[in-house]
Amino acid sequence: MQIKSIEELKKIREKSMKKVNLREHGEVSGDQVEVLVGMATCGIASGARETLNAIVDEISKEHIENVKVIQVGCIGHCHSEPIVQINVPGQKPILYGKVDDEKGREIVKKHIKNGEPLKESIIEDTFDRA
Amino acid sequence: MSSFRMNVMVCGGTGCMASDSNEVIQSFEKLIKEHGYSEEIQIVKTGCFGFCEQGPIVKIEPDNIFYVRVHPKDVEEIVKEHIIKGRKVERLLYQEPIKRERIEQHKKMPFYKKQLRIALRNCGLINPEDIYEYIAFEGYEALGKVLTSMSPMEVIETVKKAGLRGRGGGGFPTGLKWEYTRKSEGTTKYMICNADEGDPGAFMDRSILEGDPHSVIEAMVIGGYAIGAQEGIVYIRAEYPLAIERLNIAISEARKLGLLGENIFGSDFSFDIRLKYGAGAFVCGEETALINSVEGKRGEPRNKPPYPAQKGYWDRPTCVNNVETFANIPPIILKGSEWFSSIGTEKSKGTKVFALAGKVNNVGLVEVPMGTTLREIIYDIGGGILGGHKFKAVQTGGPSGGVITEKDLDTPIDYEHLMEIGSMMGSGGMIVMDETNCMVNISKFYLEFTMDESCGRCTPCRIGTKRLYEFLKKITDGKATMEDLDALKQLAYMVKDGSLCGLGQTAPNPVLSTIKYFGDEYIAHIKDKHCPTGECKALAKYSIDPENCVGCTACAKVCPVDCISGKVKETHVIDQSKCIKCGACFTACKFNAVIKP
Repeated sequence: MQIKSIEELKKIREKSMKKVNLREHGEVSGDQVEVLVGMATCGIASGARETLNAIVDEISKEHIENVKVIQVGCIGHCHSEPIVQINVPGQKPILYGKVDDEKGREIVKKHIKNGEPLKESIIEDTFDRA
Repeated sequence: MSSFRMNVMVCGGTGCMASDSNEVIQSFEKLIKEHGYSEEIQIVKTGCFGFCEQGPIVKIEPDNIFYVRVHPKDVEEIVKEHIIKGRKVERLLYQEPIKRERIEQHKKMPFYKKQLRIALRNCGLINPEDIYEYIAFEGYEALGKVLTSMSPMEVIETVKKAGLRGRGGGGFPTGLKWEYTRKSEGTTKYMICNADEGDPGAFMDRSILEGDPHSVIEAMVIGGYAIGAQEGIVYIRAEYPLAIERLNIAISEARKLGLLGENIFGSDFSFDIRLKYGAGAFVCGEETALINSVEGKRGEPRNKPPYPAQKGYWDRPTCVNNVETFANIPPIILKGSEWFSSIGTEKSKGTKVFALAGKVNNVGLVEVPMGTTLREIIYDIGGGILGGHKFKAVQTGGPSGGVITEKDLDTPIDYEHLMEIGSMMGSGGMIVMDETNCMVNISKFYLEFTMDESCGRCTPCRIGTKRLYEFLKKITDGKATMEDLDALKQLAYMVKDGSLCGLGQTAPNPVLSTIKYFGDEYIAHIKDKHCPTGECKALAKYSIDPENCVGCTACAKVCPVDCISGKVKETHVIDQSKCIKCGACFTACKFNAVIKP
């Protein structure tokens, strides 16, 4: 294929963005949402990998930018694994428990995209961090 | 899966490849496949991250964790711990040399904190062999903008206003060079990229070509449009096989997408690029010698004027720009000349890449805004002097530059200030020296280099550098007189004034600047027949201090010529007539009894 206009170049750019959207470069804008997925042994055993992949897939399908999905170690609520934490800048982090892949997709659509947390799945943070 | 959830970026620069990064990549690929993660994890071979001292570098995104010195053996731990379980591998994080803290994000490392990457913007960020990754980071948009909405003169004005100057060392305003070439008469013009990087210790151009070849290709097309050329040539030394390979891949990918060739972006402008390999002669970095070499002639400089802008390649108007200069062009077009000229000092705009080497903790490639001080580069970015030694001098500008001492460390770096303190920007080699480096020996090293590399065309350089070298050899051998020192200085000025091209005109700089700042070292060699650092073997005289010697025989055991005599528990003695000054006894002695000259 030959590029014959800026519009064609921009189309190719949009397609190619998916390959590189995880990489940090230049200034990070202040409104980046972080999605932390607990991937300790208990998390993995309860299916955190499927949840993680579903979230990444949904974000990509919904064309949401400015979201960083990070796998983390044990968050400490092993009874409610898989656990997903959503950090929206300027807001208190929200912790979700028992997030299977379907619920992961729902979190992306409702919480991240529309800013409506899924109240019934929130678990209370029972400790403070140093 | 429509997209990956994690990118594993492994450095594929020459430095890291020399320390097995290829094997690291292979084992990542193998293990990730074995664990069934190939669909979720993308492994990317990138260009140079710049932190060569700590290579091979592995960066994990989006977690933004920066692993250093990753051995192929470490890959399994990264895969099992980090990739599968999300736990970072502490022991592979960078350890800050003074506070011994482990730092996980590269932005927090002192090495990266003060850097601003314009020319190196994509190095370590994209896969240089994939044009789509370059496009994803705004690649070829500058070219599109130029060809669809700017006239050649508008392009030239933008580059002129930005204040970009030649990064190969000369510092000539790039926009002006383009303008001269555009205004020269003739219908056939050429755009040449000078990738004949020859300074000992400099590798910034190689890293740009290896890490981001498309930025140079895009800029050459922009430049070709501005000056009115249809053909571009990259003159690259054959010693850079990886850069050549990646350039070739990049050129053919750009052709496939129509970004090189006929009617680019649907305009009536056509441009193509070919490579010309150089045999690695230092003089071919000089533009007229380079042009001769491209024509297939001996790499010898021509008289100027006429300048290449008037009569260059096959006597046609030709513009020769350096790799790093080109790499700055696309961001200038996209972000504007005001953005670029807001960075740097009054007369030197933008950033400069330096190859930091020598006796410094963080050896590597750094890009800093013009006006950054040498102290910031050496102590903040470079992490200070290796092994707790004392700073003595820093050499900039390679064989054409000079030494800079402690008192000038706070000078802001730009073209003018470096000239003022008797050195020069050059292409950006920066070699740090400590108190164990003999300055006479250093200038002898550079003179030996320029003597070898002199093309032989003009007498002052051909014979002058040889004679200069002989004087320096005489001094380091302890056979020189004070008259020789005067003759050395006089000859240095003659070579400077009489030579045809930049090679000879600048070859005596290391001698003159070391005499200026370290004259006492020269005098010590000549009058006292003594090398204060002990580096000059002919003047070295190892001896044993009877006070400290306990007669352990360690020195006698390691002496390769058996010139140390003495019985157990008795003081040992070195036979000076047989000693070859290898220093093995000095290293072996645990009681500080061997005295180094």
